[in-house]
Amino acid sequence: MKRILAALAASAVLAVPGAALAQDKVKACFVYVGPKTDGGWTEAHDKGRLFVEEQLGDKVETAFVENVAEGPDAQRAIERFARADCDIVFTTSFGFMDATLAVAKRFPDVKFEHATGYKTAENMATYNSRFYEGRYIQGVIAGHMSEKGEAGYVASFPIPEVVMGINAFMLGAQSVNPDFKLKVVWANTWHDAAREADAAKALIDQGVDIITQHTDSTAPVQVAAERGIKAFGQASDMIAFGPETQLTAIVDTWGAYYVKRIQAVIDGTWEPGAIWEGLKEGILTMAPYTNMPDDVKATAEETEAKIKSGELHPFTGPVNRQDGTPWLAEGEVADDATLLGMNFYVEGIDDKLPN
Amino acid sequence: MRIELVKRPQQSVLFSVLSPFIALALTLIAGALLFLLLGKDPVNTLYVFFIEPLRETWSLHELAVKAAPLILIAIGLSVCFLSNNWNIGAEGQFIIGAMAGSILPVMFPDFQSWIVLPLMLLMGIAGGAAYAAVPAVLKVRFNTNEILTSLMLVYVAQLFLDWMVRGPWRNPEGFNFPETRSFHEYAILPEIWSASGRAHWGFIFGLVAALALWFMMTKTLRGFEIKVLGQSPRAGRFAGFSQGRIVFFAFLLSGALAGLAGLSEVSGAIGQLRPVISPGYGFTAIIVAFLGRLNPLGVVAAGLVLALTYLGGEAAQISVGLSDKVVRVFQGMILFFVLAGDTFIHYRIRFVSAPAAAAGEASRANV
Amino acid sequence: MFEAILITIATAATPLLLASMGELVVERSGVLNLGVEGMMIMGAVTGFGVAAMTGSAWLGVFAAAIVGTLFSLLFGFLTLTLVTNQVATGLSLTLLGLGLSSMIGESFVGRAGVRLGALDIPYLTEIPYIGRLIFGQDPLCYISLLLTAGVSWFLFRTRAGLTLRSVGDNHSSAHALGIPVIRIRYLAVMFGGACAGLAGAYLSLVYVPQWVENMTAGRGWIALALVVFASWRPWRVLAGAYLFGAVTIGQLHAQALGYGIPPQLLSSLPYLATIIVLVLISRNRRLTMMNTPASLGRPFVPDR
Repeated sequence: MKRILAALAASAVLAVPGAALAQDKVKACFVYVGPKTDGGWTEAHDKGRLFVEEQLGDKVETAFVENVAEGPDAQRAIERFARADCDIVFTTSFGFMDATLAVAKRFPDVKFEHATGYKTAENMATYNSRFYEGRYIQGVIAGHMSEKGEAGYVASFPIPEVVMGINAFMLGAQSVNPDFKLKVVWANTWHDAAREADAAKALIDQGVDIITQHTDSTAPVQVAAERGIKAFGQASDMIAFGPETQLTAIVDTWGAYYVKRIQAVIDGTWEPGAIWEGLKEGILTMAPYTNMPDDVKATAEETEAKIKSGELHPFTGPVNRQDGTPWLAEGEVADDATLLGMNFYVEGIDDKLPN
Repeated sequence: MRIELVKRPQQSVLFSVLSPFIALALTLIAGALLFLLLGKDPVNTLYVFFIEPLRETWSLHELAVKAAPLILIAIGLSVCFLSNNWNIGAEGQFIIGAMAGSILPVMFPDFQSWIVLPLMLLMGIAGGAAYAAVPAVLKVRFNTNEILTSLMLVYVAQLFLDWMVRGPWRNPEGFNFPETRSFHEYAILPEIWSASGRAHWGFIFGLVAALALWFMMTKTLRGFEIKVLGQSPRAGRFAGFSQGRIVFFAFLLSGALAGLAGLSEVSGAIGQLRPVISPGYGFTAIIVAFLGRLNPLGVVAAGLVLALTYLGGEAAQISVGLSDKVVRVFQGMILFFVLAGDTFIHYRIRFVSAPAAAAGEASRANV
Repeated sequence: MFEAILITIATAATPLLLASMGELVVERSGVLNLGVEGMMIMGAVTGFGVAAMTGSAWLGVFAAAIVGTLFSLLFGFLTLTLVTNQVATGLSLTLLGLGLSSMIGESFVGRAGVRLGALDIPYLTEIPYIGRLIFGQDPLCYISLLLTAGVSWFLFRTRAGLTLRSVGDNHSSAHALGIPVIRIRYLAVMFGGACAGLAGAYLSLVYVPQWVENMTAGRGWIALALVVFASWRPWRVLAGAYLFGAVTIGQLHAQALGYGIPPQLLSSLPYLATIIVLVLISRNRRLTMMNTPASLGRPFVPDR
């Protein structure tokens, strides 16, 4: 489409509005921070890309670059896509934010979508997934399943996203067992299988009987399986690594979102904005509830349904901060801005937040 | 049959010119085979890899952005290595230099004046040099192996940056995300020719440093001192050169340049500090230093070539669908060919069958 | 719980011990191979792949050692035969290894692997408190301990070990005495490759039986540090590896107990400790000189 137009106009205009000729292929491009076979974050996005190809077929063409370092390398990769006739570019790491914005300003006719950030522009949207909804369900399950009433959390880095997840898990567990305890270990990595395994072992040796993780590798699930301890998967269904111990997993299903957004580009209805979707929209799904009694499974499904219908918001008061001061009053629901910048624990967590 | 190396009495001029081409030819052949095996059109892939990135102005700018830190670091390292000091911690000095220079825009964002950038550059240089002084002091005072101490300090620097950016230096308006506030306009290293791309002055610093150090190494007594002490400490001592002083000089120089590289990167290319500011430039620069044969001018060429392989690798991912893994393997192959090719400068290679070799030895013994 | 912690420490220490024991022999022969990380990751991907395809973890271990050796031969050919710079060649080997392993391992991602089972001796393993610690570890853990004893005995009690050390201390005089310097260095480099391969296999067959890209995550570099930390003495390498393992595991437990120490500070402790130990051991010049291979990193070409 673009080439034809460029030839017709014989001008240097590189990009034209994507809606101009709907019957032509739209080119959707993806910039990944890790290898597309990392078994976690990036692989989930790449599955989303493949889902797009499957769903939209002839209407779309996709391309990707993997293992792009944050910083100047990212800006170059994004600009290359903008110059390579991409109609929409998805950049899938928080650290790509400023690079995406810089390129977006220079290529007003290309659309950009940046995952997990907070800066937007005329032609740049941000998108994110309400992972905390899944973590709340996990917490509810843990509250029922843990005999000792104590879970272990293998965490990556103390950024708002992770802190929010820990709090959601805890609130879910407390909704079942008000005395629930949670131990947190910061592995200080997103992806170091051996180190994550060490962290899980340390937690188990300290006596927790349920493991959950906010790091990317399957190691914690695998270690838990070896020790006969129940665990939750992360980013993808990790049942292969714990067939008898995985309770459920938060599965990132970006594909549904990508299809919707690329279809909007085809239809000419694409709008920028800060988009934060959840279980209801299908940007994340729960892996099958396994290895638990039927009543717990029923509770989990019920919780999921309530979150989907909007009847239940995980961060609903009364909730106190870790030091006991009130945060949310009875019935009050946390606003998105506070959640996205969360840097405090809720009451009951047995850890001191670093920094 | 075995391979035998015979040292040339003098460096072969022919081969110092020829060896890069031999390496290039081998790379092209091996690359073509590799791509053919993977079912890609070899000619087109090689074209995308090596030529396409050079065809557009913006891409040339990107080449300069990518090469700038590599060149700056590798120039300092080449002098350091020539003096027989093994600073492999340039990555850490890069980080500390960047952090030292960032003190102004991060901690004193209201201090906005034209003087900020020059101060930042000086602080970056001082920071890198100071961090490199640690292994130098340990080596001179306690005879501690500098390869290991400088390497260990890399990890410490990485973790220190990580902690600062996630903690004390976190952007107060950044929703608690791990990055500092963006540098204000006076703290940004300007672009060379901003109308056509974003190459910044770091690249110019690299070229100037290369010329300066080339001059020092070939025309000054200090350069001579470095080479003598590097090749034979004993001879150097007889000539009255101080080993300790050269250790400091080599480390401070390479640290200062690494620090300048770090500062240029954050102030020219990134515009803020983040938990990771270098995809391993300090280590890649070691390879660049050797590819450039420890010659400051050679380093410039080597830095550009290595930067080209990164750009080409990306281009090949996008337009040919070559996997990032293949790109990295291909890069590894290039390095090996170039390293091996340089052998011919210093040595002749003979293929000898075992008895003949024995006979040769015998005849030599008689002489 | 104490026993369990000690077992995890042994698991954390074993891959480091294996890789550094190999590198120790390489460095004792006067060669500095910075490609440990690359050889290790090749061992990890080979070990996982072969074990997954054949179903036998032992075949995986065996194959990993062979591939580690072959990969080290590439380094050997360049640095020993073609006399390229060892530092640059070692670094390039690491880059190549990381790339090649992820290329080979692309189809292994997300598959649960085969685990190399732990030892289980009736009665002995069931002794309370110490049974599992002494009699219930994985076989490679015992092999790494035997390797330490073997290397120590070889280097300091055998004639061949003396020869190897003499090559590392002064290759010119060793050559003058008629010792085949290059051949000995080749053998040492190959031994180092095999050990690094085993260390990699340990990661993907015992530590976490799965394949993950870049799963060595810098452990090859730590192994290099340990060799110098131990001033090229095998038993000190053993002590260093276990100390490092203890610090790594200990900080995770400190966190689980709720001590809010910045994880970055804890993570940097082992490196700072290495520097301090390096300073302490190298203050005594005579002692360092005795242990440090004087020709370390220097190229050797028979001078005629």
